[in-house]
Amino acid sequence: MMNKIPKLLFFIFFVKPVVFIILGLNIRGRNNLPLTGPAIIVANHNSHLDTIVIMSLYPLSKLHKIRPVAAADYFLSHPLLKWFSLNCIDIVPIKRNSQLKKSDLFQECHTALNKDDVLIIFPEGTRGAPEEIGRIKHGIFHLAQERNDTQIIPLVTHGLGKSLPRGEALLVPFNCDVIIGTKLPPETTRETFIENLSNAFNDLLKYCLTRNNAER
Amino acid sequence: MFNIPLNSFYIILVIFGMLALGSVSRVFISKKNPDKDFTELRQRIQSWWWMITILVSCLIISQTAAIILFGFISFLALKEFFSIVPTRQADRRVIFWAYLSIPVQYYWVSIEWYGMFIIFIPIFIFLFLPMRMVLIGETKGFIHASGITHWAVMLTVFCLSHIAYLLVLPVKNIDAGSIGLVIFLIFMTQLNDVAQYIWGKCLGKHPIIPKVSPNKTREGFLGGVITITLISGIIAPFLTPLTMAYGFLAGLIISVSGFVGDVVISSVKRDLEIKDSGTLIPGHGGILDRFDSLIFTAPLFFHYIYYVAY
Repeated sequence: MMNKIPKLLFFIFFVKPVVFIILGLNIRGRNNLPLTGPAIIVANHNSHLDTIVIMSLYPLSKLHKIRPVAAADYFLSHPLLKWFSLNCIDIVPIKRNSQLKKSDLFQECHTALNKDDVLIIFPEGTRGAPEEIGRIKHGIFHLAQERNDTQIIPLVTHGLGKSLPRGEALLVPFNCDVIIGTKLPPETTRETFIENLSNAFNDLLKYCLTRNNAER
Repeated sequence: MFNIPLNSFYIILVIFGMLALGSVSRVFISKKNPDKDFTELRQRIQSWWWMITILVSCLIISQTAAIILFGFISFLALKEFFSIVPTRQADRRVIFWAYLSIPVQYYWVSIEWYGMFIIFIPIFIFLFLPMRMVLIGETKGFIHASGITHWAVMLTVFCLSHIAYLLVLPVKNIDAGSIGLVIFLIFMTQLNDVAQYIWGKCLGKHPIIPKVSPNKTREGFLGGVITITLISGIIAPFLTPLTMAYGFLAGLIISVSGFVGDVVISSVKRDLEIKDSGTLIPGHGGILDRFDSLIFTAPLFFHYIYYVAY
């Protein structure tokens, strides 16, 4: 119980005020949000804010079940960042670029899903250029393959790359869109799975208010 | 306890009465047609309750509370505007400065420095922002970007701050107090939206600007203008220093400019190919969807009354 307190305090006093007053969300498809696990939210990644915005959609009572999957080599690299990542965000660390077998790679994810947690995964693997969806990596397919019990929900955020793009420290207030889709169908081949996911992202992007004609 | 001037108090009661009537009729209508979906209507009325309760609470708590509320509304409106229009990634810091104009502008209101209030945005901010953009040095899209930034601040900060300045004008109608003018302006502006909608629904035939708003009709517009002009003439002596004759004119100004504000923001949304500017107010859309008319009525009503009565 004690170890949940830093996360709770961080969300009450920092995340919720920042997300709902300084940023402001245009939420579509809120009913599609998985309230109970095991589930995986698959989202596009433009900013560090993505993670906390998605987590802030949940009531405080559910917060401890919502855990983003994040790169161990980055988030556990510095002692302070490590403490913050593990206690305030409660990430599921994953070792990118390691020589591990696929099943070992996702060991921590399986442990979390077995506890009915909701995982957040950014399959682009990196934040990339602002407001652009990069190439989707295959890891998510292999994880989904091993979990018949887990629903995969696509989610798109847009506008956060404007508020806090990669490499910037100044947070500028902008509304952002959060569009939650319906769960992806189970697929047996990697290509169709990735294609479905990519189509789902593009479809959800159409509902974004902050996405102007130039980007369409 | 709160010392609400009596005339303003009566009008607040009338407004809450109208809301209650709206809620009761909504329940009645949805009971009569159980198979129809009234979610949006319910949300719309519920949001009205929230908005009016917040506004009235701030107005009666203190002048400072009300000024802070309008400053916050300016912030929400400016943020929404910047979020839907195209902005350049390079201008993030310029936009940050644009936000900072809000507390300063409302500070001038709170210390009742009229001269500064009226020139701060159109002179200082409008000259400062392009300078800040030059310092960034990105010239591609410069004209477009500075045009958007200036207009955004003009509409959401300069125009809306006129509502707050109504609060600090010397009280000339003691029975209505300083909040009387604000209640009059907001009540008439919103009633105008409703009146134009109802007249349009009942009699509307000839579209007035089909390219922007296909649902707006000449009949709705005229019906709204006549209704608001008449009601303003009756209420103005009660809530403002205006006589009945000047009240009619105030109503005419509010209803015509309210219509213009509405269709201007509609054109912005149409250009961006979006229906609502946000989802902040359930059943209404974004903050700009609700304050579109007020952006135009506030400065025009303010300068009218400032000329006539001060």
